Amino acid sequence: MADAPLLTLDDLRVDFHTPTGIVNAVRGLSFTLGRERLGIVGESGSGKSMTGRAILDLIPHPGVVTAKRMEFRGKDLTTMDKASRRKLRGRHISMVMQDPKFSLNPVQTVGDQIAEAYRVHHKASARQAKERSLSMLEAVQIREPGRVYDLYPHEVSGGMGQRVMIAMMLIAEPEILIADEPTSALDVTVQLQVLKILDDLVTSRGMGLIFISHDLHLVKSFCDRVIVMYGGKAMETLPASELDRAQHPYTRGLLGCLPDLDHPREKLATLNRDPAWLA
Amino acid sequence: MSTNSAINVDKLNVSFGDSHVVKDLSFAVEPGESYGIVGESGSGKSTVLRVLAGLNRDWSGEVDILGKRQPKIRDKAFYRAVQMVFQDPYGSLHPKKTVDDTLAEPLAIHGIRDAETKISRALQDVGLPASFRFRYPHQLSGGQRQRVAIARALVLEPTILLLDEPTSALDVSIQAEVLNLLQALRHERKLTYILVSHDLAVVGHMCERLLVMQFGRGVEEMTAATLAARAPQTAYAQQLLTASEGFRRAG
Repeated sequence: MADAPLLTLDDLRVDFHTPTGIVNAVRGLSFTLGRERLGIVGESGSGKSMTGRAILDLIPHPGVVTAKRMEFRGKDLTTMDKASRRKLRGRHISMVMQDPKFSLNPVQTVGDQIAEAYRVHHKASARQAKERSLSMLEAVQIREPGRVYDLYPHEVSGGMGQRVMIAMMLIAEPEILIADEPTSALDVTVQLQVLKILDDLVTSRGMGLIFISHDLHLVKSFCDRVIVMYGGKAMETLPASELDRAQHPYTRGLLGCLPDLDHPREKLATLNRDPAWLA
Repeated sequence: MSTNSAINVDKLNVSFGDSHVVKDLSFAVEPGESYGIVGESGSGKSTVLRVLAGLNRDWSGEVDILGKRQPKIRDKAFYRAVQMVFQDPYGSLHPKKTVDDTLAEPLAIHGIRDAETKISRALQDVGLPASFRFRYPHQLSGGQRQRVAIARALVLEPTILLLDEPTSALDVSIQAEVLNLLQALRHERKLTYILVSHDLAVVGHMCERLLVMQFGRGVEEMTAATLAARAPQTAYAQQLLTASEGFRRAG
């Protein structure tokens, strides 16, 4: 069972039925996730966030998710009812959003929010939940958990807010964590601290991580394997360490666009999009 | 670094209430130079730019721009010479004004005739088709909006452009297009740039010299060559540079 994939997706599609026609946000994406750090990179509109949301059954109306196969540890998600999907969400598969400013409840202390996340999924007294939450705050390296527990979201910094979110998502001990641009709103030095915490927790708990990002350098240095998405499709999948040797013209194009301190150029390459990539 | 600097800032201090956000900052930018200011959020880099642009009137120190000592409240001639491009093209363009309105307004304020040709030329300069002239911002993509914002700044034919994170809201492929456009315009028109960014690679690409800021102070000024050689003198600049290179797994 240890080597069986945590998540299997085959031909995932997300379509939005709008008055002006159908928008295909994700068009036939397939991958499996084991206990690894899988990166999904792409530009805005590539469908990377929609993929994360589809796995959690969080696609809003009028979006429709279809897949030939979508399985979590052998359980078929395509036929599962809403209530069971909801039980899975947070407990077994959970998600860290981009910006703690918008994702935390502004009128509840951060500690209570973490404790609530625990009690939704586990039978525990308020006191036990608080103890768990405090130790979770410690696990994400918050120095004075007792003090921070009683703070409201506006009283914590961006980096601390993001660590609170990670604590909240990991307290239920999910098997899969989906992190959607978890550090894009943070300064570079804080970004690295948060990633380090995420990395340690994911590794020590043997979780599968789906790391969604637009930052090629970051994904290259952080993940094991990378899916490059464009226009709702996977352009290529490759080991992160080989990203520099990518074959697909889109990946090559993206890498070429980035200014690079080691290879100064008068003019940056721009990307010529080939309609055939979406065929 | 003498009287013929395009911009000379001496002992600039800015406070918002009790918080002292820019502390004794001094630097000079030569005409035709592209000068970068980098730092993390709260380092005061955008505040410096807003003081230079005349958007912040609560400061002390000396600011000389194009050989003139600048008062707190700037005159019209100043704004013809110095223009700013903001970070977020989704926020900096009026949602209910067409591209044409946006570009015509600065011309009307300055009583410049021949708006017709100036507007079509400005659109052409930033690589937008003439048919975009009567579109609204919501009918444009992020990169196209930022081109409109650049066109709006250029329509007055300024000599100095203040760029506040001009590409950080854009995808990398669009960022490359906008940076190329800014480079080409600078060479064509001999513009002077101050580029504020948190992205060291972008600053290394665009600027000859840069200033690293932290907690409102200038920590270190260096050339792009020093940056490329990873040879800053101060620990903070070095730390920032290392952090920007991506994640490193210990052991």
